[in-house]
Amino acid sequence: MYDNRVSGYLYIAPFLIGLATFTLFPFLASFLLSFSDYQLQDPVEQARFLGLGNYTQMAGDDTFHGSLGVTFLYVFITVPLKLAFALFIAFVLNFKLRGIGFFRTAYYVPSILGGSVAIAVLWRYVFAGDGLINQVLVWAGGEPLNWLGEPAYALFTVVLLRLWQFGSAMVVFLAGLQNIPTDLYEAATIDGAGKAHIFFTITLPLLTPVIFFNFIMQIVQAFQEFNGPYIITGGGPLKSTYLLPLMIYEEAFKYFNVGYAAALSWALFLIIALFTIIAFASAKYWVFYGNEREDGE
Amino acid sequence: MSLISAPRRDVAWIGRFSALLRYAVLIGVGLLMLYPLFWMVAASFKPNHEIFGSAGLWPQEPTMDGVVKGWRTGTEYSFATYLLNSFAFIMPKVLLTVVSSVLVAYGFARFRMPGKQLWFALMVATILLPKSVLLIPQYLMFREFGWLDTYLPLYVPCAFATDGFFVFMVVQFLRGIPPDMEEAAVIDGCNSLQVLWHVVVPVIMPAIISVALFQFMWSLNDFLYPLIYLSSVGKYPVALALKMAIDVTEATAWNQVLAMSTIALLPSLIVFFLAQKYFVEGITSGSVKG
Repeated sequence: MYDNRVSGYLYIAPFLIGLATFTLFPFLASFLLSFSDYQLQDPVEQARFLGLGNYTQMAGDDTFHGSLGVTFLYVFITVPLKLAFALFIAFVLNFKLRGIGFFRTAYYVPSILGGSVAIAVLWRYVFAGDGLINQVLVWAGGEPLNWLGEPAYALFTVVLLRLWQFGSAMVVFLAGLQNIPTDLYEAATIDGAGKAHIFFTITLPLLTPVIFFNFIMQIVQAFQEFNGPYIITGGGPLKSTYLLPLMIYEEAFKYFNVGYAAALSWALFLIIALFTIIAFASAKYWVFYGNEREDGE
Repeated sequence: MSLISAPRRDVAWIGRFSALLRYAVLIGVGLLMLYPLFWMVAASFKPNHEIFGSAGLWPQEPTMDGVVKGWRTGTEYSFATYLLNSFAFIMPKVLLTVVSSVLVAYGFARFRMPGKQLWFALMVATILLPKSVLLIPQYLMFREFGWLDTYLPLYVPCAFATDGFFVFMVVQFLRGIPPDMEEAAVIDGCNSLQVLWHVVVPVIMPAIISVALFQFMWSLNDFLYPLIYLSSVGKYPVALALKMAIDVTEATAWNQVLAMSTIALLPSLIVFFLAQKYFVEGITSGSVKG
């Protein structure tokens, strides 16, 4: 509404300063550091240019390859399962049931708490040898499992912590579902369309913008998972939960190899950027932005 | 197909059956999800041998032992210190985030200026930028400033609207509000800052509350930044104190650690239940509206 460009820039000035100081500068600095042999304990002036040294080291680093594999496995299991489950529960909730508000709250609580250290600590005890899950297993007549000590199971506990937080994605799906005009359903029913047909021709296409939003947010978050593996498993056993953010942290702050850690962080950045770009580029083929505008806007 | 053409009475029956099925799914999933939380609260009041002995909830021999010893912690500080430490940087963080996000969002939503599109796109891009690529240079920068082992690196960036998500949230909210009232205020002789304070802020209060609540929760959960910036135990927030507790406490004292985890979650739970509608509005504003 205002045409005063000076005031406009004054209002967004805090953002511009912050962008330059706390985002763009560190972003470029980590790119430069990734070509150096810089060690955390040295003065910054002592950093030496290494060329592609850190990147060739990455190419031959089995720990990095392992971490990369585990990270992809984690993301590819977590994100689709979480989205599918969030969508499923949103569907179950999206009917004129009594107590929908209560269930929505109950399912949302884990998303509020789930990122905390307290919950990661709880998870450790839930899956410990004498923990809750094994007690239930034994009570049901099964054998206790070594959840945190067995490479095949350890990643599963970290995945489950993330799945447990499906509530935030579900709330977004639910809002999307409730935005679909009911006259569309009524018209389809009068035309004799079946439930499955209605789902695939009306509900799903109109929901694609919300699916797209949730997908991007979940992918970006999942690639950055740190608390879960750091606290529940410490990255083990046998590096089976050694996700890339954990490796970056340890390289920088435990082994002091800042140059190498910076290169790893750029690898992670490029992977996330690639997925985001593919998602945005593919959006025009599957995300349906109808010409209807919701009312009240 | 058959559902539609079935006789009326069958439809009612199927409708009731489907509602029943939905409730069964909802209650089943809900119990499964919330049981670990109930178990944690219950375990805080159990002796340790009982925690290992049964998966049930109700304590057979209720005791405050876990809460008392847990609160004392294995360190020279009590858990109260860690709680206060958390609030010592969360409060300025929330305040600075609200002020900077509102100012910047107002600029983006209400001013025409060259280059706006580019800056806005960059702001949205920062939401998707992984934090770990900035982590190391930020650490080195704050080390040069002499800010290590202080709370400054944790909240000073928030004065500069570094959380694009919050700016975006307020911009989306502002876009949904017709500027009629603001224009009337301008005609009455208000400048843009007076309009912001007297007209815009009261109207966008729900968005402001959402921003404050989300920043509060996320900061309480924040672990990685305190982990790299704080080194003296006396400055640790709750998140670091809990991590330390599982490393230090003897392996069998589960009730102490679980009692402290329960207490650590209380501020989030209380705030959430007092203000849950703002959470639902906040989380959906960025995705569904606009």
